[in-house]
Amino acid sequence: MAAIRKRNGFSVLLWVLLPLATLVTLTICVSVGSVRVPLKDTFTVILCTIFGEDVPAHILHPAIIARVRLPRVLCVALVGASLSLCGASMQGLLKNPLADGSTLGVSSGASLGAVVAIAFGVSIPGLALAGTVGMAMLFAFLSLLFILTLAFHLDRSLSTNTIILIGVVYSMFVSSAMSLIVTFASDRLRQITFWTMGSLAGSSYTNALMLLVAFIVFGGAILLHAGELNAFAVGEDNARFIGVNVRRVKLRLLVCVSALIGVCVSIGGSIGFVGLVTPHIVRLLTGPNHKRLLPACAFGGAIFLMLSDLVARTLLSPLELPIGVVTSLIGAALFIYIFAKSGRKSRA
Amino acid sequence: MLDVKNLSVKLGGAQILENVSFTAREGEWLMILGPNGAGKSTLVNAISGGVPYTGEVRLDGENVHRMKPRVRARKLGVLSQNHHVSYAFTVEEIVRMGRYAHARGLFSPRSGEDEAHFLDAVEKTGLSGFLNQSVLTVSGGEMQRAFLAQLLCQDPRLMLLDEPTNHLDPKYQKQIFDLVRRWVAQSGRCVVSVVHDLSLARAYGTHALLLKDGRVCASGGIRAVLTDEHLRQVYDMDVSGWMRTLYEGWTEETT
Repeated sequence: MAAIRKRNGFSVLLWVLLPLATLVTLTICVSVGSVRVPLKDTFTVILCTIFGEDVPAHILHPAIIARVRLPRVLCVALVGASLSLCGASMQGLLKNPLADGSTLGVSSGASLGAVVAIAFGVSIPGLALAGTVGMAMLFAFLSLLFILTLAFHLDRSLSTNTIILIGVVYSMFVSSAMSLIVTFASDRLRQITFWTMGSLAGSSYTNALMLLVAFIVFGGAILLHAGELNAFAVGEDNARFIGVNVRRVKLRLLVCVSALIGVCVSIGGSIGFVGLVTPHIVRLLTGPNHKRLLPACAFGGAIFLMLSDLVARTLLSPLELPIGVVTSLIGAALFIYIFAKSGRKSRA
Repeated sequence: MLDVKNLSVKLGGAQILENVSFTAREGEWLMILGPNGAGKSTLVNAISGGVPYTGEVRLDGENVHRMKPRVRARKLGVLSQNHHVSYAFTVEEIVRMGRYAHARGLFSPRSGEDEAHFLDAVEKTGLSGFLNQSVLTVSGGEMQRAFLAQLLCQDPRLMLLDEPTNHLDPKYQKQIFDLVRRWVAQSGRCVVSVVHDLSLARAYGTHALLLKDGRVCASGGIRAVLTDEHLRQVYDMDVSGWMRTLYEGWTEETT
């Protein structure tokens, strides 16, 4: 614990152990499933896939690894990393340890966007996913803007209770809007329910690539604002006093966060509480400094979601649980714990 | 150095400040005084850009409102009275944040100058024993010193202090006021602060601005402003008479 809390310089835990743990988790998750492939073989197949070589003949089911599990686990890892990064940065930006895409209603907003795109056939010719992705991003941003504006007008200090309350109300509004759309577009019901439940089954390398690009662009931009996030986490006034361009940085971060959430939701559906659970656990290891917290959250989120996905796939095998069920179970428990703790502190 | 001209603030339909004008020059410690609700904190907020206002605030002739945030932060620093930190930042992390406005690029490494300012601020505020402690566990006095150290690290030319020693023990009050007095004595610096305690204001301030109901009642040298007549006019009571009675109690016991 002390190793990573070290303020400056190279941290072994952050830059060696966490990436290593991510790789190990990835290999385990790819090898375990309805058909169990030995770890060594799994690793060989992964390497062969990366370098485009032929898989040795003695390995059974290379297609399961290379075509089904590997793209899925990659997508899971990227979604986990992205959502955690978004959660951590919103918690810093709003100075609120309960802020997250799912608690604020941004994820539901994004799914509404995706559903609208499917129901009304919004698409860009030539790019199959562009319609849903674009609409999800747009709706995520508008939701975030709407929630924060409303919260700000009701309570300038953006206290925990106000934000959570508005998040709840907004999520309810979104789910009724979705029901409404489903009534009108019942022929696309199956497609639509997928987005509300969250699932990464059947992910392709194209999806993984899209997530990777979004992660590099928007996640990278978030990482570059670690210093500003530290200032916001201390307080928005303090950020202004020390010279942060509050409006510009805030807008940039909100755009990045909603874009990233939008892409994740349009590929994996809305997976709740990842952005709440990971930063909370990681903060215990790294402390609140975003220069260490954000990268650690990216790795931690990938690990957390890969493990959740593994549980979802194997717990009731051959039945598969929606991944959101697993994360929400863990997340809801933690949510109550943080809420009770912060409530105690404010009453004291 | 600081020129405020016809500054007015309207919040939610209520006129909080009306045509406030004053000047603070190098080497001065200007005390903003007045009863509750006179608009003292709003004035500080307006100068630092926290509330919208009409009128003009100029620092060294330049409009503060138009300055880039980093440029402004290199010239003007603020210390507020309350700090509600939600996360367990260490005292060192809080203090070092003061160098934000001086960072040159995205990946600029810490310069020798940053380090020198950091060490100096820590030494002056006596925080060297607390650097690794979380700000959630330090006392109110240590917390305020940590943010004062952040402000010293920021190295501005003008300090705005909003009741910096509210809720602090006399020991910390004295420490912070003595420190700010030494700070402003160096060339090219100026302090504007809101203070509730008139005795403190009289002892440390060089100049004063007396506000009532959002308007300037008197301004100028501290002694010229804090006259019996002005105080009675603003506070509707014999303030100086009461102060004298309070302090008499102390002199009787010690003699």
